[in-house]
Amino acid sequence: MSEHESSGFQIHPMDQFLVKPLFGGDHIAWYTVTNVTMWMGIAVVVIAALLVLGTRRRAIIPSRSQSIAELLYGFIHNMVEEVTGHEGVKYFPYIMTLFLFVLFSNLLGILPMSYTTTSQVAVTVFLALSVFFGVTILGFVRNGAGFLGMFWVTSAPLAIRPMLAMIEVISYFVRPVSHSVRLAGNMMAGHAVVKVIAGFASLALVSPVVIGSITALLGLELLVAVVQAYVFTILTCVYLRDAVGGAHH
Amino acid sequence: MDLAAAEQFAQMGKFIGAGLATMGLGGAGIGVGIVAGNFLSGALRNPSAAPSQMANFFVGIAFAEALGIFAFLIALLLMYAV
Repeated sequence: MSEHESSGFQIHPMDQFLVKPLFGGDHIAWYTVTNVTMWMGIAVVVIAALLVLGTRRRAIIPSRSQSIAELLYGFIHNMVEEVTGHEGVKYFPYIMTLFLFVLFSNLLGILPMSYTTTSQVAVTVFLALSVFFGVTILGFVRNGAGFLGMFWVTSAPLAIRPMLAMIEVISYFVRPVSHSVRLAGNMMAGHAVVKVIAGFASLALVSPVVIGSITALLGLELLVAVVQAYVFTILTCVYLRDAVGGAHH
Repeated sequence: MDLAAAEQFAQMGKFIGAGLATMGLGGAGIGVGIVAGNFLSGALRNPSAAPSQMANFFVGIAFAEALGIFAFLIALLLMYAV
């Protein structure tokens, strides 16, 4: 933007979300290795390292990495059991994978010069659609046609049931949209705000205030990263409960 | 009206529409505030029951936020997809 160049401010909050191929060229095909691919790979490597190194020496008195791994495992296990019930524990590995991937993608995105992979709608839509299709298929496999009973609210008066069924169907198909855009939107908005505030640092008068507020904002971002990973996982559990527990909700 | 002026007019409408769509996020803010406030007042009355309701609390916040996200989505669609 030429008008940005002429003024003192250099605020380009959306530049950090550019997808760039790592090995030359501008063309992006489905197989191109981009910075998004690299940071997703780093997230997977970090998760694997944490869990493998953490549980290598299974000591009675856990080391630091072991207690982190145990804490994460216990936390998600409790959540799955609490929300989806005893039947849902079977699908714990999937939920745990989702949680760790989203959590570490979010956390790695806070590092300076890194890339927040979960700010890309393409990434979160893939995660949300895999949950959506997985839950739908699972529901029909486990309950047969009875899964459709989820849309027929028997606790409501008969007269309004058709209308409720319509609303339920719409809300069912809207789930992957809100599931994915919530995560991407939160991560994108937070990081864009940090960059906008950082743009004001070029003004010498306010730069100490800017540094303080960026520090505070990054603290808030840390909270948002963890909470959004938690929300993404707990919603997956709630959706899974419909498929596993039958028609009640 | 010539073509360039019409295109600029459409562009203006897009920006105004996107700006208006973000007002929906205010509703999400109200909803999340109500959920969090009521959770807090309930939790202070009966602190021992609060930890067991954390999951419901987050699900409630997520559902309240979902409808604001649709407004945000419409703003994004107007800005980049229309």
